[in-house]
Amino acid sequence: MSADRALFCGVDVGASATKLVLLDASGNVASRVVLPTGVDFAATAAVCLDRALDEAQAPRARIANTVATGYGRRNVAFADAPLTEIHCHGIGCYHLFGRAITIVDIGGQDNKVIRLDKQGLRIDFTMNRKCAAGTGAFIEEIAHRLGVPLGEMDALARSASQTVRLSSFCTVFAKTEILTQLRLGAPVDGIVRGAFLAVLDRVLEMAPLVGEVVLSGGVAAHNPVIAEILAEKLGREVEVAPHPQFTGALGAALAAWRQSAP
Amino acid sequence: MTEEKTLIKKIRATAAMREVMAAYFLELDDAARTGSAKVVWCTSVGPAELLRAFGFLVYFPENHGAMLGSSRMAAELIPAANAIGYSPDICSYLTSDVGSYLMKNTPLTKAYGIAGVPKPDLLVYNTNQCRDVQDWFAFYQREFDVPLVGIHTPRAVDEVTGEIVAGLVAQEKALLPTLEQVSGRRFDIDRLREVVASSYRCTMLWKKVLNAATHHPSPLTFFDGTIHMGPAVVLRGDERAERYYEVLIAELEERIAGGVSAVDGEAHRFYWEGMPVWGKLREHAELFAAHRACAVASTYCNSWIFDPLADEDPFVGMARAYTELFIVRSEKYKEHYFEEMVRNYAVDGIIFHNAKTCPNNSNCRYGMHRRLSARLGIPHVVIDGDLNDLRLYSEEQARTQFEALVEQLQERRSSQI
Repeated sequence: MSADRALFCGVDVGASATKLVLLDASGNVASRVVLPTGVDFAATAAVCLDRALDEAQAPRARIANTVATGYGRRNVAFADAPLTEIHCHGIGCYHLFGRAITIVDIGGQDNKVIRLDKQGLRIDFTMNRKCAAGTGAFIEEIAHRLGVPLGEMDALARSASQTVRLSSFCTVFAKTEILTQLRLGAPVDGIVRGAFLAVLDRVLEMAPLVGEVVLSGGVAAHNPVIAEILAEKLGREVEVAPHPQFTGALGAALAAWRQSAP
Repeated sequence: MTEEKTLIKKIRATAAMREVMAAYFLELDDAARTGSAKVVWCTSVGPAELLRAFGFLVYFPENHGAMLGSSRMAAELIPAANAIGYSPDICSYLTSDVGSYLMKNTPLTKAYGIAGVPKPDLLVYNTNQCRDVQDWFAFYQREFDVPLVGIHTPRAVDEVTGEIVAGLVAQEKALLPTLEQVSGRRFDIDRLREVVASSYRCTMLWKKVLNAATHHPSPLTFFDGTIHMGPAVVLRGDERAERYYEVLIAELEERIAGGVSAVDGEAHRFYWEGMPVWGKLREHAELFAAHRACAVASTYCNSWIFDPLADEDPFVGMARAYTELFIVRSEKYKEHYFEEMVRNYAVDGIIFHNAKTCPNNSNCRYGMHRRLSARLGIPHVVIDGDLNDLRLYSEEQARTQFEALVEQLQERRSSQI
């Protein structure tokens, strides 16, 4: 296979979703696929790859290198190397923005705050503590308790005329708090907006969000309102990465591409 | 894709250490069963020398706590202590040890064929490490109905002043009547001098062991240290500990002379701050080795180096030794200490273990980790976990954070090429 027909694969096996990005030999995105991770990490990653290859109309033999990232990075049989999602989100976001940024990645079961300098080198990083309060899992739990389909959470939060504050650290306690609020007659849309605010409160406890802030991850992808709420809290603009759910997979694909550079 | 191969190297002296530890526990067991000697339970950081001077055999519940953690028995036993009102939020050494007592299940049985921990004739604590030890020993005071005495050390000490030392010396001397009564022996200052001198020699040998890790590449890791510190914890003041460290030092010097590293191809040198995650010791050692990373220094293993025991007055020596140690000191002192350690051991990054149930051994709760990284220009990571309670530890989170730190170091190095 000639080098100019080579493809480079990045696969991010996250707690909730598996994302895969194929890059062509010039480093341009050839295809993207996302699927729920489910219980079989290896099988889901393989299905993502098949679909991505179909979309790119390319045979598997064209893949020159694959980097896996995310919780299931060591379960991807077709990967050549693993890298952490912290590293890959950094590479992906720097590729998209090309300047010093603070990345806030809100995923299904963890959050990361990653600071990059102007050369894209990581200054520091913080992950959320063990509890998933303040992550996508929290939003899912609250949606379930309120009986609201996940896909309607963003619109409901936007329609809210007030925000109902949820102050508990713990997801279980927050759900109890919601019971109290419902009993007091609080509006559902206000509680939903409060749930997004609670997620951001947990993020803001992790590290100071200095400089230019970029949001990535599945929560921002499905609920763009969270960027607006964060901008309100910070009193300044917040960028959302293009295709925010894919920045980890993009970073992994870019790492695969660079590893194969002559 | 396959996992990288394990690169842990065994230290030959481990067999000798096991013999020393076995003799120690069997002697305690015999004394408790036959009454051949009085048994005292003591906190790990003093005042063991004073007790040995009276002929007591000294047993350390904290050492038992570590065994409960490393054998992973703690997870089964902690709930028993929780159920009688000892919170899951307090020291998991305490809860696993109390759980062990309640469930009549001890790792000493499997390790040494001993039915149970040696029953105490006396309980002596020092609050220099934490307040939990006092409540821990009070539980056993109620259970065994034996005397409980202790030393109350000031905490967060900036400078160990003459006044503080005088107060502690007075507390040590106040123990003497109880020690005389329970042991049935008169206090003998010359015997105390001998024991303190032996303890000092032991602690200096242990210091030499740890200092070997300043060598590049290091001949031992923090994980080795947590195993080999056993005699320095339970037998300092007893010459068997000294003999053991002479054997270990000879092997480490042999490694240095032969260019043998603890971790093949040592590429990253880390400082481990805080307690080990006892139940994950092997996994952590493997993880580090697989990434060519060596944990060369730690606060924990260095906590059994007691330079002040050289003081000509053994009471002053003990008072200073058990108050000048890291855990008793102020944030200002600790920050300075870290700086020295990072420099002496040429550390590339710091791993802060935030042990949920051990706030006094978790030094990332008042911003120190951020201040140190900013000032020293070296990265750090905070791993949430616990010394014994694995319910508070996430394997995947810890692994990801560690690997991300290694990637950060590699990225920095690549950018400098």
